[in-house]
Amino acid sequence: MKQMRIDPRLNAYGNRTSMIGRIWSTPTLLVGTLMFAVIVLLAVFIPFISPYQPSEQNLSAFLQPPSAEHWLGTDQLGRDLFTRLIYAARTDLKIMVLAEIIPFCTGLFLGMVAGYYGKWIDTVISLLTDTFIAFPFYLIVIIVAFASGAGERGIYITFTLVGWIVFARVTRGLTASFRQQEWVASAQTLGLPGIRIILRHILPNVMPQAIVVLMTDMVGLLVAIVTLGYLGIGIAPPTPDWGTMISDGQSFITTAWWLSAVPGMAVVYTGIALSLVGDGLADLWRKK
Amino acid sequence: MPYNAILEVKDLSLATKHDQKLVNRVSFALGRGETLGLVGESGSGKSLTLRAILGLLPRGVEKAGGIIKSDAVSAMVFQDPRGSLDPLCPVVKQLTEVVRFRQQVSKKAARGIALELLEMLGLPDSIKIADRYPSQLSGGQCQRVVIAIALACKPGILLCDEPTTALDVTVQKQIIEKISALQKELGFAMVFVTHNLAVAAATCSKLCVMKNGEIVEQGDTLDVLQNPQNPYTQMLMDSVLPVPELEGSGRIWN
Amino acid sequence: MNKLSKAFSTSAGNKSRGSSRWLAMVLVRALVVILCVTTAVFFLIRIVPGDPAKMILGEYSTPEALESMHHALGLDLTLGEQFLRFVKILFTQGDTGNSIISGTSTRELIADRAPVTLLLIGMASVFAIVIALLLATLAATNKDKLPDHLIRIFPTITLGMPVFWVGLLLILLFSVRLHWFPVGGVGEGWSGTLHSLALPAITVAFSQIPTLVRSLRAQMLDVLESDFVVTLKAARIPKVIILFKHVMRNAALPTLMLFGVNLSYLIGGTLVVEQVFGIKGIGSLLFSSIAKRDFPVIQGIALYCAISVVIISLLVELISWWLDPRTKGKS
Repeated sequence: MKQMRIDPRLNAYGNRTSMIGRIWSTPTLLVGTLMFAVIVLLAVFIPFISPYQPSEQNLSAFLQPPSAEHWLGTDQLGRDLFTRLIYAARTDLKIMVLAEIIPFCTGLFLGMVAGYYGKWIDTVISLLTDTFIAFPFYLIVIIVAFASGAGERGIYITFTLVGWIVFARVTRGLTASFRQQEWVASAQTLGLPGIRIILRHILPNVMPQAIVVLMTDMVGLLVAIVTLGYLGIGIAPPTPDWGTMISDGQSFITTAWWLSAVPGMAVVYTGIALSLVGDGLADLWRKK
Repeated sequence: MPYNAILEVKDLSLATKHDQKLVNRVSFALGRGETLGLVGESGSGKSLTLRAILGLLPRGVEKAGGIIKSDAVSAMVFQDPRGSLDPLCPVVKQLTEVVRFRQQVSKKAARGIALELLEMLGLPDSIKIADRYPSQLSGGQCQRVVIAIALACKPGILLCDEPTTALDVTVQKQIIEKISALQKELGFAMVFVTHNLAVAAATCSKLCVMKNGEIVEQGDTLDVLQNPQNPYTQMLMDSVLPVPELEGSGRIWN
Repeated sequence: MNKLSKAFSTSAGNKSRGSSRWLAMVLVRALVVILCVTTAVFFLIRIVPGDPAKMILGEYSTPEALESMHHALGLDLTLGEQFLRFVKILFTQGDTGNSIISGTSTRELIADRAPVTLLLIGMASVFAIVIALLLATLAATNKDKLPDHLIRIFPTITLGMPVFWVGLLLILLFSVRLHWFPVGGVGEGWSGTLHSLALPAITVAFSQIPTLVRSLRAQMLDVLESDFVVTLKAARIPKVIILFKHVMRNAALPTLMLFGVNLSYLIGGTLVVEQVFGIKGIGSLLFSSIAKRDFPVIQGIALYCAISVVIISLLVELISWWLDPRTKGKS
């Protein structure tokens, strides 16, 4: 670990031109952002791209293989797979981003408080994380999602409850190590109150790492949303969702395998995009 | 060469894969039973030269030219004694393993030889009886084990890479004396890398002063130290803090 | 990764400071976590808004039926009394009460389904560790060469793969197309069981391998570039022996720790994969209980899983402490 005598934020950002230069020299970040932008743009503009509605059935043209008319074919009810796929991206990506906001903030805050103050606050928060971590992730997600009622609301409740742990753990460790360093001590000798040091000095320093973790965590969250959908306790059927699409297609796996494979690939695609962004950001901040 | 050299390094150049020069056209020779000191500041390429002689360059460093001629077995003693031993393997076992592979003897015989070597290095009996791990030994004891491992290879040349830098001052002296005594007994030649001129003066008959990957001065130790030709050698000598003369002792190393 | 592991192992830092004190701390910590976990299970169905009795009986149930269901679940008592009742059942019966549907004790229900799930978890663990070790070794010994690049891309691609979807694809390829494995269910006899569980176990392992490979590779590189490997190489010990005897052993300890941390995820993945392959284990018990709103059984599964995770993590910590001579100090 490099010795940091002053607030390392001061070194973190060079001048403008070198910042842009560094971004250009981080291809993973560029590729990841581009990949993510493609799916977001598709999701936003799908009503103008596709002539079909996501729930528009056409029983005379069901289970069709990909063609010029239906780019990815149709499902068992004759709905256009491509249209549904992108409308599902709308649902899933929106929920993914929204469901991550509260856990990110609480996790960051609890982690910083635990790492900064130590002692009993740290013990209590650590105990809380240890308790949650003892429950297998999918077990607790499934039970809470079920108990709070299937659907979007259940997903938000579930991840508010369990999503903060990752961030709390990472920021707690980082904060505890920053606390040992001189720039925190010098802020303390100036008589700044703890909460101010946390928000003004520690927060900006844990942010890069937290955002890198956020990217990977979003992938995990997306996979969990899709899994809940697949298990029938996530997003309810008429709303298009990758998970329910995979589960619907499962019955036709021998005849029309792409019905299940394609939505899964969409998840994988988004996952790759976000991990590339995460890796790229980590590289970018490491280079300094 | 005027005498029967056991090791001859000629125009040795080392560079990174991106052609950054690390060691540039280094040449020296070493006779049987002789000790050659490589001195210089850190980053001057001393350790890399040593690794090149050993034939184990670190990842990313390549030989860019020159020849290393030697018909003797070489073994090496490293700077960080504790790091040089597998932390999860009892020390006697590590030494036995080396004896077994190098001397091609049975496991039992190897253990016997290993214990003899430890005895020779002056390690207490407790280490031999109980299976001790490196973490349970002191730095000096670890370095003795590392030297024993090197000796188990029956080296004609012992390469020492700052073997005392990581040790306490009092232990440093014991280790140096031990190495010198062993050299007299076993008759191996040595290349001794150090940044400590006092240590070099005490152990080496010949000296090479290195700077930025090049040898700036070489010759007999006394000649070099008493009559430095290169300003850099002079600077190195000036940078040694003067030892206040106590009890009228003028010796550099006692 | 390093930071992550440092972040949660508050107790591990003091290893060298008196081993008996460290031991006591680890044990107490595990015990307290088990207490917290038990409490959490009690509150699990009470955190969320809504009346569990109404969830069980449906929207249009009669008030009488609701009341008797309240009584059956103990919801007519105060929260304190409910908790005492919960603890009492836990200590006398060793579980979370009887199933609302069948009346069987949750312990029996779980014990009935546990063997196949445990076998699946065991097989998946073995697959995950073996494959991860192989890939990590291959990558670390070929640093910055083609195998390394390929293996390093692997986690990025697989991170976003839903485990059930991987299962579906494997079924499609190996069962439907190639007929190597049965499509689902559990076969007869030992060989039949192992054969039918192989594909699900690979599926579960697949979800663990990316994380394991990523940090194992880093661990291996650390070990490969450490001084003692140079000492051994300098002593001309054969490379195979250095790699398998010394490097592997040194990389094994962190692997064990990492595996303990990931075990919780592995169990969760197993529950989902059981559903894909139609295996009648704990996972399918969980989903059928969810479908029937059988709260005590759901709580029981949560409790048993969580306590097993705590105990196994404790064991992992103790084993690595016992195996690592560095923790013993000078004697």
